[in-house]
Amino acid sequence: MAVSGALLVLFLFAHAAGNLKIFVGETDFDHYAEWLRDLGTPLLPHGWFLWLQRIGLLAGIGLHIWAATALTIRAKKARPVKYAHRPKIQGSYAARTMRWGGVIIVLFVIYHILDLTTGTFNPAGGDVDPSARVIAGFAPDRWYVTLFYTLAVVSVGFHLRHGIWSAFRTLGQQTTKGERRAKAVALVLSVVLVAMYLSVPFAVLTGLVG
Amino acid sequence: MDIKVRVWRQSGPTAGGKMVTYDVKGISPDASFLEMIDVLNETLILNGDDPIAFDHDCREGICGACSMVINGVAHGPEKATTTCQLHMRKFKDGDVIDVEPWRAAAFPVIKDLVVDRSAFDKIIQAGGYITAPTGTAPDAHAAPVPKKDADAAFEAATCIGCGACVAACPNGSSMLFTAAKIAHLGLMPQGQPERDSRVIDMLQAQDDAGFGGCTNAGECTTVCPKGIPLSLIGRLNSDYRKAISKR
Repeated sequence: MAVSGALLVLFLFAHAAGNLKIFVGETDFDHYAEWLRDLGTPLLPHGWFLWLQRIGLLAGIGLHIWAATALTIRAKKARPVKYAHRPKIQGSYAARTMRWGGVIIVLFVIYHILDLTTGTFNPAGGDVDPSARVIAGFAPDRWYVTLFYTLAVVSVGFHLRHGIWSAFRTLGQQTTKGERRAKAVALVLSVVLVAMYLSVPFAVLTGLVG
Repeated sequence: MDIKVRVWRQSGPTAGGKMVTYDVKGISPDASFLEMIDVLNETLILNGDDPIAFDHDCREGICGACSMVINGVAHGPEKATTTCQLHMRKFKDGDVIDVEPWRAAAFPVIKDLVVDRSAFDKIIQAGGYITAPTGTAPDAHAAPVPKKDADAAFEAATCIGCGACVAACPNGSSMLFTAAKIAHLGLMPQGQPERDSRVIDMLQAQDDAGFGGCTNAGECTTVCPKGIPLSLIGRLNSDYRKAISKR
């Protein structure tokens, strides 16, 4: 869980940083998208870096889901008879919602790829103009899309708040002082990531970009 | 105090069980929770009913026998307290209190509130010991131990093996128990020779007993009557990582 999760968190930050290029300018954003395809050339043919990254990500997601499923099945087997009286557990909201939160995030990622990568739901811009697709995607009349993105990104934030801290612990973090630090790092990284991801759709919605 | 208790009644390991409601009248607020059950049992016996079976021994909060989930919280609402040290003044007149056994596949119910915790013994047998020449007590300064380590080992050693961590864990995991034993022995010089095999074997025994996996939810440490810190699980993970890398 910890290792595959760490890989996915690294990707999330790289992806969020790339998104912010739209604030530099729409053509810069398009150049960035092109650069991702050119990365590694001439060693790699055009577009190969992106595919290699996608294969790596799919492996990371696969491992993460496999580990989560195995843990969930074990948890169900370990408590066959439920408590008749079970108040909300005392752990954090983030810890409690890891499993369903994860399912929501997977569904969102599938929608997100169909929306902005393949353009199935949002064909604007074609393959040559990614910035136009982003601007069309978060246009004010598609407010429900922006709302769904917001909810999904916030659930990613909650997932990471417990996930990042929990990964430190799984990898051996063991002092009380370190625990406070790891929790603070998890909170700050989650908030920063959510802010980075939400800045683009809201900038488009309010007309700051586009 | 007049209260109602809803208690899990199950006549035997294979029988089905259900929550049964009993009125308990005239209980002193200074009675312990177990004394309240004693009073209820006297009434049940006088009426010719089967008394409620429950585990208890020292009633001083140090043996780890008592094991009740009270209103969904292992050992009840008072922090760092076993059920036997919980008093009725923590409840209000007229309260309805739910009492259930530890719920875990690895802790099967024997009768009513009594569960079989021998799965913990299996974990201890797998590595919760040191192999050292016994005999007369060695001189106190024969094996120097830094005060900090001695204190940390003692904190872990206060675990009484009651099983509340398993009862509270959303995954039914015994990781806090195992982590406490690993830290208690691993912090001492006498525990070093078997440090690597201990963590591997105890985790294997824990998995074999049917406990769930740890997701760092932190429920265990909140209910632990001895306040065993969650950070010990990080220590266990670290020991485990080092042990498997040496294999």
